[in-house]
Amino acid sequence: MSDSKPSFFDRFTGAVASLRRLIGRGTPAAEAGVEAEAPRPKGKRPPRRAAAQPTSPPAATEPQSALQLLSLLQQNGRLIDFLQEDITAYSDQEVGAAARLVHQGCRQTLEEYLSIRPVREEPEGVQVTLGPGFDASMVRLTGHVVGEAPFTGILIHRGWRATQVRLPQVAAGHDLKILTAAEVEL
Amino acid sequence: MSARRFAVGIDLGTTHCALSYVDLEQSEGEEVVQGLMDIPQLTGPGAVEERPMLPSFLYLPHPEELKPGDLRLPWESDPGRIVGELARSLGANTPIRLVSSAKSWLCHPDVDRRAPILPAGVPEEVPQVSPLEASTQYLRHLRDAWNGLHPFADLADQEVTVTVPASFDPAARELTADAARALGIENLVLLEEPQAALYNWVNDSRGTWRKQVRVGDIILVVDVGGGTTDLSLIAVTEREGALELTRVAVGEHILLGGDNMDLALAHVVKGKLGQIGVELDRWQIQALTHGCRHAKERILSEPDLDVVPVVVPSRGAKLVGGSVRTELTRDEVTRTLIDGFFPQVPASARPAGRARTALTKLGLPFAQDPAVTRHLAAFLGRQAMATETLEGFVPQGEGRTFLHPTAVLFNGGVFKAEVLRDRVMQIIEQWLAAEGGDSARLLGAPDLDLAVARGAAYYGYVRRVGGVRIRGGTAQSYYVGIESSMPAVPGLEPPLQALCLAPFGMEEGSEPEIAPQEFGLVVGEPVRFRFFGSSVRREDRVGTLIEEWTPEELEELEELQAELPTGAHYQAGDIVPVRLQAAVTEVGTLELTAIPRKGTKRWKIEFNVRGSGDE
Repeated sequence: MSDSKPSFFDRFTGAVASLRRLIGRGTPAAEAGVEAEAPRPKGKRPPRRAAAQPTSPPAATEPQSALQLLSLLQQNGRLIDFLQEDITAYSDQEVGAAARLVHQGCRQTLEEYLSIRPVREEPEGVQVTLGPGFDASMVRLTGHVVGEAPFTGILIHRGWRATQVRLPQVAAGHDLKILTAAEVEL
Repeated sequence: MSARRFAVGIDLGTTHCALSYVDLEQSEGEEVVQGLMDIPQLTGPGAVEERPMLPSFLYLPHPEELKPGDLRLPWESDPGRIVGELARSLGANTPIRLVSSAKSWLCHPDVDRRAPILPAGVPEEVPQVSPLEASTQYLRHLRDAWNGLHPFADLADQEVTVTVPASFDPAARELTADAARALGIENLVLLEEPQAALYNWVNDSRGTWRKQVRVGDIILVVDVGGGTTDLSLIAVTEREGALELTRVAVGEHILLGGDNMDLALAHVVKGKLGQIGVELDRWQIQALTHGCRHAKERILSEPDLDVVPVVVPSRGAKLVGGSVRTELTRDEVTRTLIDGFFPQVPASARPAGRARTALTKLGLPFAQDPAVTRHLAAFLGRQAMATETLEGFVPQGEGRTFLHPTAVLFNGGVFKAEVLRDRVMQIIEQWLAAEGGDSARLLGAPDLDLAVARGAAYYGYVRRVGGVRIRGGTAQSYYVGIESSMPAVPGLEPPLQALCLAPFGMEEGSEPEIAPQEFGLVVGEPVRFRFFGSSVRREDRVGTLIEEWTPEELEELEELQAELPTGAHYQAGDIVPVRLQAAVTEVGTLELTAIPRKGTKRWKIEFNVRGSGDE
């Protein structure tokens, strides 16, 4: 257990980075409107400007629900198997076949345990106007950021927002660090 | 003491259970306040989730297999018995510890249903449970889940309706009632599943159902669930100016359902892989079946899709290197499902038979013919005269070889696929057209998976407050076999007569009649009777003696057993003349009683569910 720990955390960080990409390019999942306790992957903090109480220092989040979600993505979508495998030698067709499986399983998992909606309902590429006092944690301004609100610009990415998180209850004492148990057939 | 506030409907299905409830205090007339219980269950070691359905699987883990702490439920539970989603997924890899289809075993006439026989044929050290115990376990899980959510309305005190297949024989109904009673559920009623589906349709229509049907209508309910096919005919009748529903016939118990269809597709794909030299192990076939189910659902719901890729994942961690990619085509789905399970057949078609002697002790008597449409044709053909005695019905008369339904209600997950509903409608249409009948209407039914539980809860409500009721009584007439006394002739079995004890359509609580014939029971010795049921002999009355019948007419059921205990009145070896009486209890089970000529004593006659094997 102890010698597997560093590699576990290496794997864990890599998987979270991919998970973040999967959920939506680094858009914070845990924001206003989330009903249950949202998994807040380690090392990801809301943009500073959004902090309402500037005095409270940034805090590390509990890894529990992140581990739980990873475990579900592995169980249903084989996500960790996929990310941990060296795919350089395989053809695109082979990778594609596995990706379908991962896509189907992970997508189903997201649908089951989270409700995910775009932050902005407009199609990408249209012009949008942000009034004064818009929520900077929901919309990130880029490019020629000058002047005062209202800001007008092009919607590049719609953003994603988890409106609901409903992860399974966990039995007390259950070791969530085991993302998937080894299997031995007798 | 908690209050009786809810009418609870429990669908104790072959592959899934569901529970729905009606709040009796808040409902009024057609404004029914109804909910569906999300059932907490283990979905993985240490993970409890709420799901609308509880898979009807029981897993009996090895003591070392899982940590007891990872098997905790929100209520006190036995870590040696896992029920629901986790049971199903563990059992996929370790089938020797999985109990499945307990309900089908519950009406298997050749096994002892109170004996620990499941899982069947396993190594000696694996614990086994009886079919009755497994069913009780699912009910117990539902009860504990309910009581956790309703601390002030214990399930035992509510109006509980448990559904059974219309084709369940009296012994299987009795066993189902026993399972509920074992949990202290006293206010219990059994309801046939196709009736529950129709009740749900009535409830959904919010009173408009009266405009959607008329006197003379014959509604065919086709219920194809995960493991069984259940058929019923319900006629729309009239009494004192008000519309009434009367269930006039039910089909045989057919072990054929959606799971067979997914498995069939998996075997088609497996065969295709075999041709290119790829062999799959059991685990992979399981995964393939899962993949095929997804692919099938897409092909059936997206008409433009001709090919859906199916990937069989590797079992080890090498996903990209070890997975097998294949595909399921529309042509394969059509050939396998439509032509295999719903073939175009004439109304005169009959399923390929299975000889009763061919039943094996270890397995379930699965339907030999996978064609749902042939089973349907046989049912309608056998019931051609079902409405003969009803008032206001068009005499089926000359030139009609089967009962013409005028409306069809589908139920069960299989019919979520519109293509399959259309297919069945179209075939019925052709049968009707061939005999010059009018076409049948489709009754719209939402919620094909949950309709039975919902309809059962609604039934509990209408029983309490009044409203439309489906009448019908027993779906069969029942007989005991009497061997006539005649000189023994070698090689010739003494001729058997059948004495009618309960007429067709005997209703619950109706005044029971006693057949006049007397039987001599030997005190202190178990006496057995052969027992028969008929789903077509509607004219026989209590006491009718029939001497000849075709196998189509009378079906042999499990034996009856009576034992008169020795006591103050009788001594061992005495022969006491008794008469037999049948009644339908409030619960909906058949009760047979032996009544001696003298005295007020009564003895209950039991169904011999110990199996009809050699002893």
